[in-house]
Amino acid sequence: MSILSLDNVSKSFGALKVTDAVSFDVPQGQALGIIGPNGAGKSTLFNLITGNLVSDEGRIDFDGQDVTRVPAMKRVAAGVGRSFQIPQPFEKLTVFENLLVAATHGRAASEAEVLEPCADVLRRTGLLPKANSPAGTLSLLERKRLELARAMATGPKLLLLDEIAGGLTEAECRSLVQTIRDIHAEGVTIIWIEHVLHALNAVVERLLVLDFGRVIGIGDPKEIMDSREVREIYLGIEV
Amino acid sequence: MAMTYSVTTRTGASSIAMIASLILVVVLVAAPAFASRGLIQDLFFILTMLTLAQFWNLLAGYGGLVSVGQQAFVGIGAYALYGAVILGGADPVLSILLAGLAALVLAVPTAYFAFRLQGAYFAIGTWVIAEVARLSVAQWQAVGGGTGTSLPRSALREIGAVNWIETAFDVRASAARDILTYWLALILAVATIAGIYWLLRSKAGLALAAVRDNTEAARSVGVDAGRMKWVVFLTSAFGTGLAGGLIYLQKARISPDAAFSVTDWTAYVIFIVVIGGIGTIEGPILGVLVFFALQSLLADYGSWYLMVLGLIGIAVMLFAPRGLWGLISERTGIQLFPVRRRLVGGALTQEET
Repeated sequence: MSILSLDNVSKSFGALKVTDAVSFDVPQGQALGIIGPNGAGKSTLFNLITGNLVSDEGRIDFDGQDVTRVPAMKRVAAGVGRSFQIPQPFEKLTVFENLLVAATHGRAASEAEVLEPCADVLRRTGLLPKANSPAGTLSLLERKRLELARAMATGPKLLLLDEIAGGLTEAECRSLVQTIRDIHAEGVTIIWIEHVLHALNAVVERLLVLDFGRVIGIGDPKEIMDSREVREIYLGIEV
Repeated sequence: MAMTYSVTTRTGASSIAMIASLILVVVLVAAPAFASRGLIQDLFFILTMLTLAQFWNLLAGYGGLVSVGQQAFVGIGAYALYGAVILGGADPVLSILLAGLAALVLAVPTAYFAFRLQGAYFAIGTWVIAEVARLSVAQWQAVGGGTGTSLPRSALREIGAVNWIETAFDVRASAARDILTYWLALILAVATIAGIYWLLRSKAGLALAAVRDNTEAARSVGVDAGRMKWVVFLTSAFGTGLAGGLIYLQKARISPDAAFSVTDWTAYVIFIVVIGGIGTIEGPILGVLVFFALQSLLADYGSWYLMVLGLIGIAVMLFAPRGLWGLISERTGIQLFPVRRRLVGGALTQEET
């Protein structure tokens, strides 16, 4: 059963068609990677799925519901969690409070109800020692981890990761990938936009290539990476 | 290993502060028994300015809504009270609630228009709306039009509590009225601080802090940022209206220029919050004391007074942007009204204590 399905979704900014009749399904529990050159429309596609943007045409179904016109806030409650490309922590709140906001409002629960789940997310994302530090004092890796943790705290069925591995060192990237693998192993469906291909390929089971707002390939990561069209368009390699 | 966690906001200083504030409130309640009439009037001024400052701080410090039009709610609240007492023969004390409601009613269209504006445009927009309210009220001939009016002596004499105070404290009616309004100001200030503190410690308070830090991220985790702005704006308007009604009940005389004064009810209030420390409950408390001290010291120097206030305001903004309380809590780590939730217990036991 697919948890997310896009059917002919299009979005234009003025004359520029940023998302062009995009259709694909994501089965429950899958990890899907999205790649494509800068300006291919990856972030716009994300914003259409989270509800930060509303599509001009087409239909988006999430968890058996038509969410095409459902606002972002309600999609969070339905189970769509996201991280931002540039970490956007609540700087003056502590790491724990960042999660508390997400858990209480994302799940419409009381603080007491979400206390243990928040502590659990902190432990799984390696942020427990920083629980009571203001988010503004975190390092880049910790901020990326906080993005992940805060999205997890909303209790998502579908987790959208936007270039979460960008800007990290090799070792930092490896430890973050391990955390994402663990989350995925627990059954959370993941859609991950990433330029750091080896990080992406260590997690995803399926790869989607976007170019000029169109899906130019979707399938097994290895086959996609080996296909002539992808190598030409995305990697710029003359074949 | 048992993994049970709990959350605490308490600090050593906050427990002491709680006890100290209880004692202070008891002393303030008893003040009319030993304080002079002049001191009671000064305390009334401090308490009402503190209430206005707490509500402006809620708006700007927590809600990010920098309004310079709060005088609209003071004025409309005060005029609602005068209208009810003069035209409707209503009880002046009960009419204070009406003052709050009138401000709430004005706040709905104000927010509807002003929320379309951002930052400085929002600030100017609220000011313009306040001016429109002032000019409209100045057309209301039944309560004196542009020149204003006084509360009828008969209405004031009929307040039951005033008669009781006259006998109990053996004072004249005018002094008894000051005592009554002082007690009401004390109730309002304490309820305001307690209410705001409760709000900040609730789930809604967390959302408010999240919206203040990053609105887009707050929305992405399910916070209804638009609703938070409405709640904060309407709450502030209601409280500011109550304070406006009470202030002019005590003054017993009103005019549109005074009741809708941007200097008295917004500029001074901003000064109090900024020098005290925006975004904290302690800030406005410290700020109002500094403001009162300056006003008393510089009372004889006319316009120099405003220039000194301005210079101090600029100096604080440049050198201590988090205000005097910000300086103190940074140096000492003291928080009298802590809202930070600390995770304790479980695997944190060793590291955190």
